[in-house]
Amino acid sequence: MSGKLFATGAAALLLGMAAGCGGDDEEGNDGAAASGDGGGTVVVYSGREEELVAPLFEQFEEESGVDVQVRYGDSAELAATIAEEGDNSPADVYFAQDPGALGAVEEAGLLAELPDELLERVDERFRDPDGHWVGTSGRARVIVYNTEMVAEDELPESVFDLTAPEWEGKLGVSPTNGSFQAFVTAMRLSEGEDVTREWLEAILANDPKIYDGNTPIVEAAAAGEVELGLVNHYYLYVVREEQPDAPIENLYLPGDDPGALVSTAGAAILDGAEHPDEAEQLVDFLLSEAGQRFYAEAAAEAEYPLIEGVEPREGLPSLDELEGPALELDALGPELERTLQLLNEVGFTT
Amino acid sequence: MIRGAVARAGARRARRRPPLLLAAAALTVVALVCLPLAYLVLRVVQGGTDPWSVLGRHRILDLVAQTALLVVLVTAAAVLVGVSLAWLVTRTDLPGGRFWAVAAGLPLVIPSYVAALILLAAFGPRGFLQQILEGPFGVERVPEIYGLTGAVLALTISTYPYVYLLAVAAFRELDPALEEASRSLGRSRAQTFRRVTLPVLRPSLGAGALLVALYTLSDFGAVSLMQYSSLTRAIFLQYRSLFDRTPAAVLSLVLVLLTVVVLVLEAYSRGRARYHRPSPGAARAAQRVRLGGWRWPALAFCAGVVGFALALPLAVIGYWLERALSLDRDLGGVWGPALSSVLVSALAAGAALAAALPVALLATRYRSGWTRALERLAYSSNALPGIVIALSLVFFAANYAGFVYQTLALLVFAYVVRFFPQAVAGTHSALLRIDPRLEEAARGLGKSPRRAFATVTAPLVAPGLLAGAALVFLSTMKELPATLLLAPIGFETLATEVWTATTVAAYSRAALPALLLVLFSAPFVYLLTIRRRPEVDAPG
Repeated sequence: MSGKLFATGAAALLLGMAAGCGGDDEEGNDGAAASGDGGGTVVVYSGREEELVAPLFEQFEEESGVDVQVRYGDSAELAATIAEEGDNSPADVYFAQDPGALGAVEEAGLLAELPDELLERVDERFRDPDGHWVGTSGRARVIVYNTEMVAEDELPESVFDLTAPEWEGKLGVSPTNGSFQAFVTAMRLSEGEDVTREWLEAILANDPKIYDGNTPIVEAAAAGEVELGLVNHYYLYVVREEQPDAPIENLYLPGDDPGALVSTAGAAILDGAEHPDEAEQLVDFLLSEAGQRFYAEAAAEAEYPLIEGVEPREGLPSLDELEGPALELDALGPELERTLQLLNEVGFTT
Repeated sequence: MIRGAVARAGARRARRRPPLLLAAAALTVVALVCLPLAYLVLRVVQGGTDPWSVLGRHRILDLVAQTALLVVLVTAAAVLVGVSLAWLVTRTDLPGGRFWAVAAGLPLVIPSYVAALILLAAFGPRGFLQQILEGPFGVERVPEIYGLTGAVLALTISTYPYVYLLAVAAFRELDPALEEASRSLGRSRAQTFRRVTLPVLRPSLGAGALLVALYTLSDFGAVSLMQYSSLTRAIFLQYRSLFDRTPAAVLSLVLVLLTVVVLVLEAYSRGRARYHRPSPGAARAAQRVRLGGWRWPALAFCAGVVGFALALPLAVIGYWLERALSLDRDLGGVWGPALSSVLVSALAAGAALAAALPVALLATRYRSGWTRALERLAYSSNALPGIVIALSLVFFAANYAGFVYQTLALLVFAYVVRFFPQAVAGTHSALLRIDPRLEEAARGLGKSPRRAFATVTAPLVAPGLLAGAALVFLSTMKELPATLLLAPIGFETLATEVWTATTVAAYSRAALPALLLVLFSAPFVYLLTIRRRPEVDAPG
């Protein structure tokens, strides 16, 4: 009898206390925002990592006086969160890792159309044809290699060379990773189903080493566990942050090789945004010269700036040189399920 | 013999009707804890996708069989390891017993994906082991660790502390007189352990095993790294790669069904036995078994388990930390998150305990079909992956309770929903071991119900309650998915700090928060495992 009294009392007390804390917190934040430069607030759901983009938001706060409140998480999980919140989402801006995540929120009908002025700063291949999201930085698929184990003249010229016996047991891949799956989808769309299946089977027969993501592959190449790895270009720079002397380089594949796919991270404004003006200000900043130079100069990851007139980090081939397979990025999302099925059938994902 | 006598004593008072307020409180708690189930049903009904086609596409029977196999193996291994360790540290003269007692519980705060990473680093292709063997023996391939083997190893390492911590609490409360009686009647030590000790430990072991099974069902980190295809991995794939919530909900409901099977099996194996002692027992420690020559294998066993589950992760963290210092990284800024972690974990532990008490009281004191079913029901959503529970609360709070959305209160509530069974596990097994006659006697002597509870029952159940609360505390310390989605914006914990750094492979920056996660948890494990029996006044 008294147990229950104690229990319910304690529960009420604790929850009350917790509610109190939460409430104070929020008021505190709002208060700070209001007393700032009178610049208002913008709420961002960011699937892009805090380590990477926090300085970008700080720069925007300084320039605009707008208070940026960021919820960081996995791009896909935040997309699902926005879909669950529906019209009640506190988010104004969704900043995502890949076109697939942006496409999912778009399909739920929760994104506002972006002004043409913003969209047109970026090449057509890096934005949504319906104008609901815009690319903010580009990333290229590359082959990372260990410079001590592979001489430049021995390097493959295409992903199709990787099935040769000389690379047996020497290639690192991550079939569970989204960027590898996007690359396989690109191959299916540009080279056809049969070619892709044959390539996957030949790669599997060549005894590749399997890793759980891009970073472990680049680390493995640095350690000499593998000689080559299929990854995105910027992981090289991530690993160099921790191991400045690692003997690794990126190989950019020429022409329309599916292994030269260029994809993008992007931003969108929610239809029900409470702070639409500040949201537009933020996207405007992300696509401004200052916001774009960040990738070329300040960021640890050397992603590609996407607007005219901002050159990529030294040592990167220019975006125009990177042709990649001919396809629309927003076609990759709906095709993914079939790719996963194919990977399963070939025996890549158990 | 003992069981029989105890059972008869309990049977007489099983038929009382529970007080209305207690029943209402328990019902409310269970209804709230079951919110994720309601969400899943809603998603499937509104989804517009044919659930049967989802099941067909995923070769659901294979998935269920693979998941069930994993759960059975991990649970068996975790019980074996956990009980052996608990017996060694509480009942033997194991050298360094106090050290092992704490060290063996700490792996609970190390997330399963870290355990899997460590195993891969050690036994993976070109891991330490292979490199050691390659030189002198020319071994080019070590046995495959990917798949079932690796998943079982990684999950056993990260879940055995559930069994271990509850078993330690149970061993400490166990009345040595029972075992001594058995020994004096000529039974051997082994027979006594099997016929007397184990049956009395049974509620704690069952509760621990259940927590292991639920954790294994919900785990994504280890199965993903070890590339073992389980239901939870399939659910994550739906969210992470395909952005499709309906198939994820269908698969989640299958997971719930599997959980119900586990719960029924556990209840069935528990049977109708009663476990409380006929007398309060003497407040004294049991005589310790002298290990003699067995101390070396025993030490090797402890060192092996603790080495893999704790020392290796710590060594890796140390290596990261060293790299951070050599790269001259700024390590400040972790104290705020550390404080938040401890605060929010303590709130979660307190709230979970408060919520568990009415449910456990109802199920143990007013045993009937429906009170037990109610308690079981509270477990049924707890094998769901964290992301499913988090999204369900996002849905309900954002759309129907906007005023709590993204507040600390909702976050604490989410922790309670996720870790409710852990609080119930400690509470339930503690209440079961207490004879209600003690409380009745106190009331017969004129004490009010509250006084009787406070002076008789509470001190006796305190260790079990604390064990449950501590489990919730430790689980909350490492919780990630609900924290990311439901915390107030800008609220950082040690777990989110580790995650933030590891997602961009900035391991050197993950080192300090990871180390603090272990260090701040140590005192709680210490309290749990070292605690002496409480001073108990003989009632009456």
